[in-house]
Amino acid sequence: MADDTRPNRLFKNLNAKIASIPMILTAVVVFLGGTIWTVVYSFTDSKLLPRTNFVGFQQYERLWSAPRWLISIENLAVYGVLALILSFVIGFLLAALLDQKIRFEDTFRTIFLYPFALSFVVTGLVWQWILNPDFGIQHIVRSLGWESFTFDPLYNADVVLYGLLIAGIWQGTGLVMCLMLAGLRGIDEDVWKAARVDGIPTWKTYLFIVIPMMRPVFITALVIVASGIVKLYDLVVAMTGGGPGQASEVPAKYVYEFMFRAQNLGQGFAASSMMLLTVAIILIPWAYLEFGGKRRV
Amino acid sequence: MKSLKLVAGLLASAALPSAASATDLEVTHWWTSGGEAAAVAEFAKAFDATGNKWVDGAIAGSGDTARPIMISRITGGDPMAATQFNHGLQARELVEAGLFRDLTDVATKENWAGLVNPPTLLENCTLDGKIYCVPVNIHSWQWLWLSNAAFEKAGVAVPANWNEFVAAAPALEAAGITPLAMGKQPWQQAGAFNVLMVGVGGPELFLKVYRDKDAEFAAGPEVAQVFKAADDARKMAAGANVQNWNEATAMVISDTAGGQIMGDWAQGEFQVAGETAGTDYTCLPGLGLHEVISTGGDAFYFPVLQDAEQSAAQEVLASVMMSPETQVAFNLKKGSLPVRGDVDLATANDCMQKGLKILADGGVIQSSDELIDPDSTTQINDLFAQFFSDMSITPEDAQKRFAELIAAAQ
Repeated sequence: MADDTRPNRLFKNLNAKIASIPMILTAVVVFLGGTIWTVVYSFTDSKLLPRTNFVGFQQYERLWSAPRWLISIENLAVYGVLALILSFVIGFLLAALLDQKIRFEDTFRTIFLYPFALSFVVTGLVWQWILNPDFGIQHIVRSLGWESFTFDPLYNADVVLYGLLIAGIWQGTGLVMCLMLAGLRGIDEDVWKAARVDGIPTWKTYLFIVIPMMRPVFITALVIVASGIVKLYDLVVAMTGGGPGQASEVPAKYVYEFMFRAQNLGQGFAASSMMLLTVAIILIPWAYLEFGGKRRV
Repeated sequence: MKSLKLVAGLLASAALPSAASATDLEVTHWWTSGGEAAAVAEFAKAFDATGNKWVDGAIAGSGDTARPIMISRITGGDPMAATQFNHGLQARELVEAGLFRDLTDVATKENWAGLVNPPTLLENCTLDGKIYCVPVNIHSWQWLWLSNAAFEKAGVAVPANWNEFVAAAPALEAAGITPLAMGKQPWQQAGAFNVLMVGVGGPELFLKVYRDKDAEFAAGPEVAQVFKAADDARKMAAGANVQNWNEATAMVISDTAGGQIMGDWAQGEFQVAGETAGTDYTCLPGLGLHEVISTGGDAFYFPVLQDAEQSAAQEVLASVMMSPETQVAFNLKKGSLPVRGDVDLATANDCMQKGLKILADGGVIQSSDELIDPDSTTQINDLFAQFFSDMSITPEDAQKRFAELIAAAQ
């Protein structure tokens, strides 16, 4: 009797469950399996080919005493913080301006979003030419008569990160703007009317009413932008190749070069495990707060 | 992720032609500059003449870009028919894993052991008594290339050695000429340092550091001299804003730079530009101080293939590469020295004759590629990339870190 009235929960929505098996397998085998494999082999002395000769934390000790790794981490931190803040501020400002019911909104939106359609390699190459002192901005300004004008960020170790930042922001801001614009459009018109009745200035409405209401949009944008920052690699390769010297090295490049160029898989795995750990330290508390909280309500 | 797609795209585009016909052999290499491309065309011509077809799989960029692609194709089960590596330790693990075919039969039949000079070249291809690669040329790093016109413009005589070159640097700078052209890539910077080590310090010093891995010696006063010379070099190269080695060579060819420390592959560029050794440019082996050259170079490895026809064609290719005619044609274009002691290179120019004479006199040492593994090479490259671009790192600091890397090297 019980079987007839209450079918087994396992077979409920059977079609949907069967359809999601490939994705579940991919997630478990490729993502989780690959991650565990990488972490395990980071404790070995694998060279060109993986081998199971465990050496404890030796790879990690070497990693954290390598000047290049420390430079990479520092660069990523500087780039990451600045890129995050700038793309959010500029993205939100552009979205707020577009939200003023201006004419040709579609045109502007397209223009701002177009850079995002280009890959980082193309972006990097284009900006490399623009910033090149012999062909780009410096050359143009000098040929206009300002002979002493100097603007060569990619060739100056002190400011090369800001050169990368220009290209990164140019490419990524359009996406943040679109997400923000969608968030702004999601705000009920009545909220604005109420604010206007109460005589609250527009900027205050944005800052204290609209932005707190857009929290989910901000979190989505944060995850997308932050993951893009952590895996920063192609932009650097296209623009500077890590130079001048090692002034624009980033962790992802360290991982790649030790795995394939230096033929030292163990070292590359240790570095990529450290990148994973960093991301996990940021993501796990956030995920706990975000999703763990809701379930209890 | 995007870079992965790029690599995948490259792989796909490189893999397509190999499916065309059974005796098509796809050969991957990283010879893409003007002189290099002309040289590799000689191989293709000679191999096509045997009725087979050379499918060119050139990978642009330097060896540092190409090797990961080659290795991932071989380990990923999509091997090419033949591939270039520098002879030495770069491909050792792949050989140990049984991914390359044994060429001992061809080698015994054609008596390579008796022909290849110096014999260390073939020893580097040998594992457990079996031969796994074909050395095709001898490249040496230890050359200083000087622009005669640049020195004329500065009003000083063309230097006969490194010390005179350093002394002439202020005059060159006064004439608006960058004394030393150097591309800002780590391998070039570390390479120049190793040349200074042989040229200024001498071959015994070089071997004591890289072969014996004597860390105490590497921290000592003799090696400090070399770091002092490297400090001079980075000051002389401060005005050179180029990346690739051939761009730096172009500075010497166009007389905007006084000289360049670069291997003998730079010779090909001078040749393509129509310059004559002795009148337009001067070459100083061993920086004019210690006339010794290292015998690194390129070798071809043949991955194990399932197809019998292709495997047979691989043997033909190996024997073509070693044949006297191809050796002469290839090496004349490449600016490198042949691996056979029995070929006639009367048509070789001034600089190559110098190299041949040193080779015949036995003034050879092993290259750093043969003595230390790619892992240590990368770390040493990183150190010199920093040293050459950041003037705040003192030679003393750099030497201390260098000695630590030598202590950890295998």
